[in-house]
Amino acid sequence: MKYSQAVRPKRGNAIVMVGTTKGAFLLAAGGARKQWQVSGPHLPGHIVYSAAFDARQGRSRIWLGSMNWAYGTTLRTSDDFGQTWTNPESHPIKFPEDTGQALKQIWQIAIGSENEPDTLYCGVEPAALFQSRDAGESWSLVRGLFDHPHRPSWNPGNGGLCLHTVIPNPTNPNRTLIAVSAAGVYRTDDGGATWQVKNKGIRADFQPEKYPEFGQCVHKVARHPSRPERLFLQNHGGLYRSDDGADTWNDIGNGVPSDFGFPIVMHPHDPDTAYIVPLEQEMRCGPEGKLRVYRTRNAGRSWEPLTRGLPQRGAYETVLRDGMANDELDPAGIYVGTRSGKLFGSANGGNSWQLILEGLPPIVCVKTGLVDEVGSVRRPVPISKSQKKVKAKPTAKSRRRAA
Amino acid sequence: MEVTFLIPSPLRAFTEGIPEVALEGSAATVGEALEALCARYPGVRDRVVTEQGEVREYVNIFVGDENIRDTGGLATPVRDGSEIMIVPSVAGG
Repeated sequence: MKYSQAVRPKRGNAIVMVGTTKGAFLLAAGGARKQWQVSGPHLPGHIVYSAAFDARQGRSRIWLGSMNWAYGTTLRTSDDFGQTWTNPESHPIKFPEDTGQALKQIWQIAIGSENEPDTLYCGVEPAALFQSRDAGESWSLVRGLFDHPHRPSWNPGNGGLCLHTVIPNPTNPNRTLIAVSAAGVYRTDDGGATWQVKNKGIRADFQPEKYPEFGQCVHKVARHPSRPERLFLQNHGGLYRSDDGADTWNDIGNGVPSDFGFPIVMHPHDPDTAYIVPLEQEMRCGPEGKLRVYRTRNAGRSWEPLTRGLPQRGAYETVLRDGMANDELDPAGIYVGTRSGKLFGSANGGNSWQLILEGLPPIVCVKTGLVDEVGSVRRPVPISKSQKKVKAKPTAKSRRRAA
Repeated sequence: MEVTFLIPSPLRAFTEGIPEVALEGSAATVGEALEALCARYPGVRDRVVTEQGEVREYVNIFVGDENIRDTGGLATPVRDGSEIMIVPSVAGG
């Protein structure tokens, strides 16, 4: 596989952003999704737990959450598919002084709904939500959630006390759902001023009280854009569906080899179809050394294993909570990135899979975008003066070319 | 008086590429000297201290041979001619 400095997608291409513990990789392909352009590593040496693609208002902006062990956590953007990256002088996400907290990690970058084209969210560790109303120029702590009376009683999961899931509502901008490990699901219906706990029906196996009000170790939640009240949830033990916007949850873990896992992803065009990667609890690998994606096509009444093209012997693979993604093409693309640095993709909704990349550092996030505009941004979004643009580091090959 | 900061290479993106920054002034402590450095090169600040003003866990600051963690942190005194070295201390594979 040839790695370039940047990918050069065309309109209608899918792009895949792969965050690893040592940098990010970008991929692009046309509708067939057989021939992939690959670029990277971007931000080498940085842990990239979060990524997002903002295609609203004619943008083609890639966002990465980048953590350096020494120098902290920041946000980087590229408007040219990885050719250049901003490097803000000041870290954009900061806890106010009175909170006594300092940012550790950005676990999630969420793009706001189409009717709020300048809204973005970041879910972070220690668990908190930040929002931007100016396309990422400035960020502020969502106080309504930070000051929630439950917060002092939230306990960290193995990954730390992280707010790892942010789901804006496509039709109601005042209603946003978040998930915290280990606190569970919370929802605001008033634009972030107040938050209600929404864990009714979700189990907490590791607590004496099996159905507490909060404290659940929710691993991931997915919402379908065409039916925003329908949600699927992968719990730390337990699979759930809600048809009422998280007011109530019903167990749908029927016929899976394990109801433990991290990611859950919905089919982009079918609100009855969702995907999981069951893991056994001890090793946190696919049961029986098999990497199997499970799919439901009936909203969780039954699940089927998807194995064509996925390794079925000696595959002790782990897929983390943001390690699976869909694209919006038709037929839908589904992508799975493993801790062993393999990226698998399906261009037919999961029926068959191909190994796209291997040998990467441990993959911690896989996100996608659909390229709407290339090279002709209808409404350029200003880059802050404090955001210095830097050209990607030249590779040995590009230096040879220049010479 | 003058103190000199030795800047690690990743931070030189924020010091115009300069590896040694000499600062004239009246800084009496590492914290005051760092404040003067960040006033000239604002990009250094968030990479060396957290938003709560604490030196980041994996950033070490030495005055001469002494790690300021052993000598009073940012209150460590500096003298005319002090060399202040900023060193990331990340290991791993």
